[in-house]
Amino acid sequence: MATDDFLTHLCRTAAEALSASGVGISVMTDDGTRGVCAASDPLSERVEDLQFVMGEGPCIDAFAARRPVLVADLGGSAVHRRWPSYASAAMQDGIRAVFAFPLQVGAARLGILDVLRHQAGPLTDEQVPLALTFADLTVEVLLDRQVGAGNSDVTHAPAAVDVGHRAEIFQAQGMVMVQLGVSLGEALSRMRAHAYAENRPLDDVARDIVARRLHLDKD
Amino acid sequence: MTTVSAERLAAIFVEAADTLVDDFDLIEFLHMLTERATHLVGAAATGLVMADPRGRLEFMAASDEGARMLELFQLQNEEGPCLEAFTTGQPVINIDLAAAAGRWPRFAPRATSAGYQSVHAFPMRVRERVIGALNVFGDTKGGTFTGADVPIMQALTDIATIGLLQERTISQSEILTEQLQGALNSRIVVEQAKGAVAQACRVTVDEAFAVIRRFARDHNRKLTEVARAITEEPGLAARMIVR
Repeated sequence: MATDDFLTHLCRTAAEALSASGVGISVMTDDGTRGVCAASDPLSERVEDLQFVMGEGPCIDAFAARRPVLVADLGGSAVHRRWPSYASAAMQDGIRAVFAFPLQVGAARLGILDVLRHQAGPLTDEQVPLALTFADLTVEVLLDRQVGAGNSDVTHAPAAVDVGHRAEIFQAQGMVMVQLGVSLGEALSRMRAHAYAENRPLDDVARDIVARRLHLDKD
Repeated sequence: MTTVSAERLAAIFVEAADTLVDDFDLIEFLHMLTERATHLVGAAATGLVMADPRGRLEFMAASDEGARMLELFQLQNEEGPCLEAFTTGQPVINIDLAAAAGRWPRFAPRATSAGYQSVHAFPMRVRERVIGALNVFGDTKGGTFTGADVPIMQALTDIATIGLLQERTISQSEILTEQLQGALNSRIVVEQAKGAVAQACRVTVDEAFAVIRRFARDHNRKLTEVARAITEEPGLAARMIVR
């Protein structure tokens, strides 16, 4: 399933930047979709897939809790109690640390980015922000796929239209969700598509939606 | 300002302790704290921001709409008392806004025109790390903090921090990161739900927040839970207001 060139490249870049042995991206949604979407290498893909086979692991917990699950040492006894099958299997593959970051924007959930390491030990204070930035980038790529924006657009998208952290963007997302009767994730995809098409910052588009100066059309 | 009443202060601590015992809603808790803090020191308004691990400050709670706008204004313009308390890790006390245009050229005039005359800010600290700040606005001249006011407001700020660190074994920075990211994402969920309710009920986003909060209280549900349900159940937003 891991045939995604752009996200595979992103996984490899992230693995290198984070001094990780591998990085994997899984798509997980509220409708029950589960699966590995991209990985930096075959071993990471297999370890990523383990969680779905066994139905347990940091990535599944991070999705459920909607926040990161950072496991600096898979060999710890508390970790072993929490995920007995997964911890043993991952360690057999030589993985000692797993850091799972949700790919989400508020209530809209798209999946998980997992950082895998052969050595036990926490991410540093410099690596945590970097991992979050890779997760944000992945969110943007996945969002733009929903409305069929091509890979060529995606490469320059983050600089042009950041997911952003302005309250208006999230409020507008909720408004578009109700207006168009679509999911929250799709609402944000539509807003981003509109921003690209009009060549405007996402913030401006969101502000106009909240002020009810702009209504996005149904298809 | 007048000296803080020991009874009122005790009542707030008891209320906070009661909340923190159970599985509680952090966003609602922070809103409650900003309201109580405002009332306690006879201030006009209080706002609270928190930072993600990238040091990006995000709005979390405010006692009213005016304070919310001023918090967002500080974040957008990257200047103001909250940013200063966050950056330095030290409280910012008794600043006369009319004389603060040199310090905060954009923020001070904006706060003055919103009717505020003084401002204070207190850092949210976890050991050596600063994770956010609480901002208190005054609307009367001479509304200045004296004596015990400063440690008391710092203590209320520390309660907000404790609220975040609900897992008491916060010995590892990993858990702090997990909690912070979870809290910041909950805030986003609330904003999304505000938008949905604003659209479905034809109210402003600020009215929508009051509607969601009231609904959560009336139905004895957590604020974030209700917000999430609004984003997941089509039609719930439209039923929030009984006309």
